[in-house]
Amino acid sequence: MAKSLTQEFVKGLWDEVPPFRLVLGLCPVLAVTKSVENGIGMGVATTFVLVGSNVLVSVLRKLIPSKVRIACFIVIIATFVTVVELVMQAFAYPLFLKLGIFIPLIVVNCIVLGRAEAFASKNGVVRSLLDGLGIGVGFTLSLMALAAVRELLGTGMLTIWVTPIQIFGPSFQPFSFMVEAPGAFMALGLMLCLMNLVGKK
Amino acid sequence: MREMIKMVIVLTILSFFSGGVLAYLRNSTQERIDNQVLEFVKGPAVRTIFEGAGNNPIADRFTIKDGDSERTFFVGVLDGEPRGIAFETSGKGYGGDVGLMVGINVADGKLIGVGVTTHGETPGMGAKAKSDPNFVSQFKDLALGEPFKVTADGGSINAISGATITSRAVSAAATDAGEIYQKLKSQIDDKLKGFKK
Repeated sequence: MAKSLTQEFVKGLWDEVPPFRLVLGLCPVLAVTKSVENGIGMGVATTFVLVGSNVLVSVLRKLIPSKVRIACFIVIIATFVTVVELVMQAFAYPLFLKLGIFIPLIVVNCIVLGRAEAFASKNGVVRSLLDGLGIGVGFTLSLMALAAVRELLGTGMLTIWVTPIQIFGPSFQPFSFMVEAPGAFMALGLMLCLMNLVGKK
Repeated sequence: MREMIKMVIVLTILSFFSGGVLAYLRNSTQERIDNQVLEFVKGPAVRTIFEGAGNNPIADRFTIKDGDSERTFFVGVLDGEPRGIAFETSGKGYGGDVGLMVGINVADGKLIGVGVTTHGETPGMGAKAKSDPNFVSQFKDLALGEPFKVTADGGSINAISGATITSRAVSAAATDAGEIYQKLKSQIDDKLKGFKK
């Protein structure tokens, strides 16, 4: 029954990849995936918060009274989010300007609280760390994949870090609606459809 | 009852530590964040105004007390002399305050140039004040003293079509800058004299 440590990590990459399998945490998924760079930034920030809060919740799980556990989790998560916010402002200000309100909103991202409640509060430190890391990396990869589809079709370019790289050449007519809000829903729907087709067998 | 007390204690200790960590982090990143804000929010406008300056205008700055607030002045070295200063003022636009960086040549009292920093104007209309250099370039080399006005108000500034309110905000901000400059001129000159090249 008990999963091996590797499985604990790998499950976040496919079986329980947050936006596509669990369909959780869609607000940042839809909002920030205008460019791959944004996707990576958001993913890394969320991963940091996930790992940090999972480890701390797991360490403190026997000390936290069950009646106020949600409040305690939120304090822990909010602390890590504020750390991310300050560090990002200090070292990657342009990225912070683009992600804007969605960084503080990681506090209410249901993936983070969900992992704390459903996993870290019941499991040991190492498992919680791997779980947080796996889910975080899975989340980052999903954001990157979705952002790549949207940016490529919407602008014909890919922005991995700061400067956009032209992929399709100047004669490409971009579907600019793909980088608008409706394009986010369509791209997400198509990705879900594709994941289900592949996973069906 | 015991449980009740435990809940209060745990949550208090947790919040206490959280507050401590964040306060420490805030203190240690404050200066860096301020620099980043200057660099990325005000930086582009300052650099455009002082194009070709022989120094880094963002690093060479000083503050002067103006009433209750402090104003930050950026210094531009033009033709080997610290002759340019730039500071920010604002005017009421269509979507809140329009921040304007105003560069003034202290040698002849003319505008070096202006540039919009922050605004909440309509994209494609008022937002052109920032994105379209043709609008702000009208302020270049204008003499201070007379209030700047758009043509509809009897002035000489051609308003952005469809965005008269934004154009008025920019003109008002530039006029304000002239008044502030007159008011603080002696202090600015003092500071510039002490400026090491």
